[in-house]
Amino acid sequence: MLDKIKNINKKISALAGSSMEKFTTLTSRAIPLAIENVDTDQIIPARFLKTTDKQGFGDNVFRDWRFDKHGSINKNFSLNNPKYSGSILVAGDNFGCGSSREHAAWALIGYGFEVIVSSFFADIFKGNALNNGLLPVQVSEGFLKTLLETVEAHPETNIEVNLENQTISIANSDVSESFDIDTYKKTCMINGYGDIDYLLSKKEQIEAFEAEQTL
Amino acid sequence: MGKTLFDKVWDAHVVNSVQNGPQVLYIDKHLIHEVTSPQAFNELEARGIPVFRPNQIVATADHNTPTLNQDLPIKDELSRKQLEQLSENCAKNGITLYELGHKYNGIVHVMAPELGITQPGMTMVCGDSHTSTHGAFGTIAFGIGTSQVAQVFASQCLLLTKPKSLRVTVNGKLKNGVLPKDVILYIISKLGTNSGTGYFCEYAGDVFENMSMEGRMTVCNMSIEMGARGGMIAPDDTTFEYVKGRKFAPQGKDLDKKVTYWKTLPTDADAVFDKEYVFDAEDIEPMVTYGTNPGMGIKISETIPVDDNASFKKSLEYMNFAAGESLINKPINFVFIGSCTNSRIEDFRVAANFIKGKQKADNVTAWLVPGSKQVEAQIIEEGLKGIFENAGFELRQPGCSACLAMNDDKIPQGEYCVSTSNRNFEGRQGQGSRTILASPLVAAATAVAGKIVDVTKDIETLEIVSH
Ligand code: SF4
Repeated sequence: MLDKIKNINKKISALAGSSMEKFTTLTSRAIPLAIENVDTDQIIPARFLKTTDKQGFGDNVFRDWRFDKHGSINKNFSLNNPKYSGSILVAGDNFGCGSSREHAAWALIGYGFEVIVSSFFADIFKGNALNNGLLPVQVSEGFLKTLLETVEAHPETNIEVNLENQTISIANSDVSESFDIDTYKKTCMINGYGDIDYLLSKKEQIEAFEAEQTL
Repeated sequence: MGKTLFDKVWDAHVVNSVQNGPQVLYIDKHLIHEVTSPQAFNELEARGIPVFRPNQIVATADHNTPTLNQDLPIKDELSRKQLEQLSENCAKNGITLYELGHKYNGIVHVMAPELGITQPGMTMVCGDSHTSTHGAFGTIAFGIGTSQVAQVFASQCLLLTKPKSLRVTVNGKLKNGVLPKDVILYIISKLGTNSGTGYFCEYAGDVFENMSMEGRMTVCNMSIEMGARGGMIAPDDTTFEYVKGRKFAPQGKDLDKKVTYWKTLPTDADAVFDKEYVFDAEDIEPMVTYGTNPGMGIKISETIPVDDNASFKKSLEYMNFAAGESLINKPINFVFIGSCTNSRIEDFRVAANFIKGKQKADNVTAWLVPGSKQVEAQIIEEGLKGIFENAGFELRQPGCSACLAMNDDKIPQGEYCVSTSNRNFEGRQGQGSRTILASPLVAAATAVAGKIVDVTKDIETLEIVSH
């Protein structure tokens, strides 16, 4: 219960756009999405981008995969499969390609994800995720395959993500891998800082830079 | 060691560096539109942070605007509200907005260059991934997320790690009927959709040197489709000629000073790139895509490859195509010529030149959507409108339109659309729609034939007005 409340608070503070909730470790079950090149149009289709705040996108995450054209639930899609749950999404290579819409990160967070695992992330999506406290964990292709197979065969498996140590592991096993993250971004995630605070602290230097421009 | 074009522009904009971390990069121009800015304005307002440099921001309405009856109130309530909020935010913060109906309104990546807002050597950002378009001027231009839109509002800067450098060189002479769109679709088909991730790409070689600014914009536009944050082409006389005389371009002595500086920007002969690819212009032919990412492209005369990969199969299943088959003679009911990739005057000239004296096939709905009010005006001025209308094509009003189908311009479920836009993702042009990306020439030929035809067959007799 306490976890649940913490989770909800986290979502709200991240989506309110102020400084982010801190991220240190997470132990959770995972949902597999063994599809490559998942683009931002799939994560959140354009027709849902008409609202002017950050709330409500979670309801429409992967809308056209979760529901068919008549609005009925697609039982074959992993997010709809009752055997899977958790706040970790394990996805195929090149996740988040396509548009710059940050709505994709808001939609994943709104649905309840805190970590996305893939063997490759598109640039802009990765930045958007980090700016909202959603952790992209990039693993090797081999580790991704193991993870997908394990979760599909044993959905109750817990996955442990430790940002401090930069490791991702399958609980109660010796299957583990370390992952890379920009040191600055890691500090931001752990302390809940946003780039905007840093940039605001550099105002004087920015003004000095402007004054130096002669062309 | 020499510097690349990218290095020179980047280094001139570094305000400071975080130890062992990213750099603070100064942004000269920030373009905004209705879809990715409202949450950034909200964030600033909630935190009581003012917009730092409103004069360096330009706004337009494009993603969510109707392409018919733009003078009437917008029917869709959410769309209307989104546009109203943009107007309100711009008014409140002193930002110039070219709203719907304004003579400078248009797709952000079409209107900014044509107004001379885009200039060589600048850094430019926009909450839209195809901001890479502006790289055609030798500009560092890239798409950003809404959190970053807020950062630029607050500080006119971004915290960034310098990307790696990639150069794609294409030398030789393009065959007749091979357009800039084919060049970039060919490159992406060879390199794949994530080969450019983490890199900024420079396009070099005589193919790009001989290309018009419109063509260069088409190429740089699609850099993001191979994962690159942006693409650039060295500024040269073609660039300077294009910029000169435009509304916001520098003039007189200022221009001379700038041109002198711009001439120093091209990559030094001894500069080294992290990755290089070289292609031969003679190998390129008119291209079409057959799958659900822009890397899934073939020459129009080729057949769909055979692959066992699950994602590949899923993609073909969505498109209802079979591995090994040809797309020639596939019946097509929708054709879209538009989007920030191909909605400039040159694109409509190519289409009109082909269509002239012909008729669109009865089964086809053909939409022509200019990229801006200025392009629309030029279409009328050059007499292209009559050609289109006589041939049964529908000339609409400017906007993103069926490129992302946020407004009413949607391709119906299951239908194929030969489109000059940049993304063939599942449902991109409407739920269940199937997109085939192509050049304006292939699109025009498809509309006339009512099916995909091998334009290379009658290319010898074609007079193409491009590059
Ligand atoms: S035309 Fe398409 S790709 Fe270009 S800005 Fe509009 S939606 Fe984005």
